[in-house]
Amino acid sequence: MRTLIKLVVVFAVTGFAAAAFAASAEEFKTAYDKAEAAEKQAKALKNQWSPTESALKAAKAAADAGKFDDAVKQAQHAEALANASIAQAKEQESVWTQAVVH
Amino acid sequence: MLRKLCIAVALVAGTAQSLLAAGVGDPQADFKAFRKYFTERFSKVPLNDFVNGPYSMDQGLRKQWKAIDEFPPYEFAVEQGKQMFATPFKNGKTYADCFPNKGVGVRQMYPMFDAKWGEVITLEVAVNKCREANGEAPLDYTKDDMAAVTAYMAFTSRGKPFDIKIPDDPRALAAYKKGEQYFYSRRGQLNFSCASCHVQSPGEHIRTEVLAPALGITAALPIYRSAWGGMGTTTRRFRTCNEQTRGVPLAGGDELYRDVEYYLSYMANGLPISGPGSRP
Repeated sequence: MRTLIKLVVVFAVTGFAAAAFAASAEEFKTAYDKAEAAEKQAKALKNQWSPTESALKAAKAAADAGKFDDAVKQAQHAEALANASIAQAKEQESVWTQAVVH
Repeated sequence: MLRKLCIAVALVAGTAQSLLAAGVGDPQADFKAFRKYFTERFSKVPLNDFVNGPYSMDQGLRKQWKAIDEFPPYEFAVEQGKQMFATPFKNGKTYADCFPNKGVGVRQMYPMFDAKWGEVITLEVAVNKCREANGEAPLDYTKDDMAAVTAYMAFTSRGKPFDIKIPDDPRALAAYKKGEQYFYSRRGQLNFSCASCHVQSPGEHIRTEVLAPALGITAALPIYRSAWGGMGTTTRRFRTCNEQTRGVPLAGGDELYRDVEYYLSYMANGLPISGPGSRP
């Protein structure tokens, strides 16, 4: 009987924790919107990276399948990639001259 | 205060001097430096042979090319382009009505800066402007009919030296500078610029490919490329380069593609048109 009670408590606690840490559709939307905004900025700089596009697609697909943990992860990855492409474009605006043959 | 001002002035002067030393944005200085770089680095390559791209760098590849060229893989495209040139649009006009000398032997003048449009017009853009002016739908910029028309036009221009002009117009110089900047700027997740491969590493291998020198690189376009299994235009070549560095390619006819072609073709001034070409 004591073992059963212990098991019930353990399952209740872990179940509660899983529910507490699982990403929601709202969290996905927030992460995806941030990634999309960054990618829009990269597009304006004409410096998009193809892996960013792939990560955005993967995020959307995961969300459509109800896998919000994965969807958030992919959206955050896409945002990081988009930000890196923006940083690259901004850096190159000044450093490109160093590569010119002379 | 005075000390800070002096430092600032020195920094600005130093930056300006280094830019001038590099010839950045000065087409004539760029041209001289570019030509000197390639002819000194590859002193055994005859100047006009640079237009043959990887074949000017690798003797084994050159032998294969000579064998392949006995039955040129671009021949069908030239024939198709010739037919397209002879076929009137719905309004009765033809491509010949849109170009100087009826479009024959004029490839070497493109890209050109058009004062009326205020922008660089590549041969591909000129073809589509011609079509649209005559009520026809524009062609896809990357292959098929566009490759065929430009292949025919290149074929009739073979041997003619590039004659790219930068008129005394600040817009033309701005376009040239943008093209130069695009060429030397790193992009894509792999952080490569056009120059990473075609200035810093011509003759080196990327996997099985031998990298072509940037000098004269636009002379052979359009090309039949075995990797594509067909013909491709200058736009297709640029887009493929972007894709290979894990970048998202620009749309056909994008201002930056026009400008970088303008820059590269100016660097090739005096070198003969060799297109249409074939590449591995």
